[in-house]
Amino acid sequence: MTDQTQDMPASGATDPYAALQDKEPPKAPRSQWKDVWDQFKRHKGALFGGGFLVFITLAVILGPYVWQVDPQKLDIRNKDMRPIYVALWNGDAKVGWFRPLGTDNLGRDILANLIAGGRASMAVGWAAMVLALLIGTSIGVVAGYFKKADFWLMRFTDLVLSLPILPLLLVAVTLFREPLRANFGPEGGMFILIVGVVGLTSWMQTARIVRGDILALKEREFILAARSIGTTSGKIIRRHLLPNVISPIMVSATLGLATAIITESALSFLGVGFPSDFPTWGKLLADAVQRMEQYPERVVLPGILISLTVLGVNYLGDGLRDALDPRIRGR
Amino acid sequence: MLTFTIRRLILSVPTLLFISLVIFLLLQLAPGDPMAQVPLTVPPEVKEKMREALGLGAPLHVQYWKWMVQFFWIEPQVLMDHWFGTTFAEGKQRVISWQTRSPVMDIVVQRIPQTLWVVGLSYIVGILIALPIGIYSAYKQYSVFDQSGTFITMIGFSIPPFFTGPLLIVVFSVQLGWLPSIYDTTHVVTDWASFKVQFMQMVMPVMVLALQTTAQISRYMRSSMLDNLGQDYVRTARAKGLREGVVVMQHVLRNSMIPVITVIALGVPSIFGGAIITENVFKVNGIGQLLLTALFANDIPMVMTLTFIFAILIVLFNLIADVLYGVLDPRIRYD
Repeated sequence: MTDQTQDMPASGATDPYAALQDKEPPKAPRSQWKDVWDQFKRHKGALFGGGFLVFITLAVILGPYVWQVDPQKLDIRNKDMRPIYVALWNGDAKVGWFRPLGTDNLGRDILANLIAGGRASMAVGWAAMVLALLIGTSIGVVAGYFKKADFWLMRFTDLVLSLPILPLLLVAVTLFREPLRANFGPEGGMFILIVGVVGLTSWMQTARIVRGDILALKEREFILAARSIGTTSGKIIRRHLLPNVISPIMVSATLGLATAIITESALSFLGVGFPSDFPTWGKLLADAVQRMEQYPERVVLPGILISLTVLGVNYLGDGLRDALDPRIRGR
Repeated sequence: MLTFTIRRLILSVPTLLFISLVIFLLLQLAPGDPMAQVPLTVPPEVKEKMREALGLGAPLHVQYWKWMVQFFWIEPQVLMDHWFGTTFAEGKQRVISWQTRSPVMDIVVQRIPQTLWVVGLSYIVGILIALPIGIYSAYKQYSVFDQSGTFITMIGFSIPPFFTGPLLIVVFSVQLGWLPSIYDTTHVVTDWASFKVQFMQMVMPVMVLALQTTAQISRYMRSSMLDNLGQDYVRTARAKGLREGVVVMQHVLRNSMIPVITVIALGVPSIFGGAIITENVFKVNGIGQLLLTALFANDIPMVMTLTFIFAILIVLFNLIADVLYGVLDPRIRYD
């Protein structure tokens, strides 16, 4: 302390405590979410990924209002048209501005199909992700908070983790397709089935992460304080624990969205997904594989959309993980 | 360590039983009827007889018990007979496929080599590519190599195999015509020329599966190397004048390999799952493709057995990963 005042004789001469006084009023406190956003902005990939996800979501929601072509409408005269860009290197190709991405072998507009397929894929992805998060978070919270439930719930999680997921998904979807179709219609039944099986088989990682965090948080003083003023368990979980585990939940939400989209597409690709007149990206890709030598764009376009969406979601998750981790944030 | 291994082995028995029960109940709850393909002209009482012949009339627990006996008791005996020429299993009822009316295990044994060749090789190739990438990008963190490596692994994560497969076929089989698009499993390697054919047809399926492996493992390798590179013992090793190659390749690499090896072991079952799609794309008639055809044909014994084999693989490799972790890292003590 004395060394410092000797180093700065100008300020120290008049008032020995000048250096300790605040010259300007302190800045307004920064909120946690502003810090998170600042860190998130520095991750370029995450920004692009998040931006692309927002873009593709808006595109599939608003697309049908902008591009008002019925994806199911058969137009046999204009079948097998190529995308407009093919005209650049092949003048004879059958192209037209009214079908910018071409038509399939029944004359259905590919752009409209991609938009409709995106709607289905994204809807399945989001719904399955939300379902998996709900199951995973509740099992994780209950296992972490209630000691009695912990052992059995975690053994159960381990058991489900050692189930062969893809084969079981295939089995479940093939075998339960008919009754659900009969009850909820071909599209609704399939939607419930795929969302259900994907959600029921992908909650385990979330549950494990949430349980670990809850176990650590439960021993902290603020929980003790909350309990000592008589807060009930339900209130403690809702008011104190859940807001503190929101960051791992958000990260696993992004991963879950990516997995759900890929799983749905894989099921469609293997021919156990949605009915053939109901496009999803995986279904469009699978249907086009037969004739991909003549019309590679029909495979490539939905494939690129799936890959870019999943890539965007993965980058978003990467950025979120960095932004929400207080040890990395601010470095 | 031995006690731990034995305990884990014993614990895996109830796990496997539970999984088999889940699969069994799932298949039982399913409404599919194996008699659906029988012509309508067959009278109902004959149909009922056929149903009983398939063992469908018995109550659930009897069916489950019979399946267990067949799978855990009779099939190993068949294997013993095959290996040692004994006659334990003679005349005993084996698990029969409804599709082909032949024992399920015989078909599985025919199909497994194809899967193992493609899947196993792709896993090895993937690991061999992933390890150097992971090591180098951790050593040169935030360099151009690291950034592009991260980007490529992200792409590898994100592009599903059912897209890379057709994409590679379009580029290399259709446009360039270098590689065959269909995997010919009847091909026999006898000389150099036929080996070349075999090599050419394996390139694409192996690379599609290897891309996924590479993406995953190189990321683990990188983060594990990064964890170790900042540690004190690395500074000590450098301070006492060891060459950089020795520090990185011996001190750091050996310690970083511990978690990576467990990840490699844990990834084996999932690569089998991924092979279902790849086999479908390249028309490899392995067990993944067998599962698909059996599913579509409502061949429940086949589906049950195959799914259970996948489950055994998962449980087995989880066990191997746990044990390896303890063997490789003396700090980990389970007892």
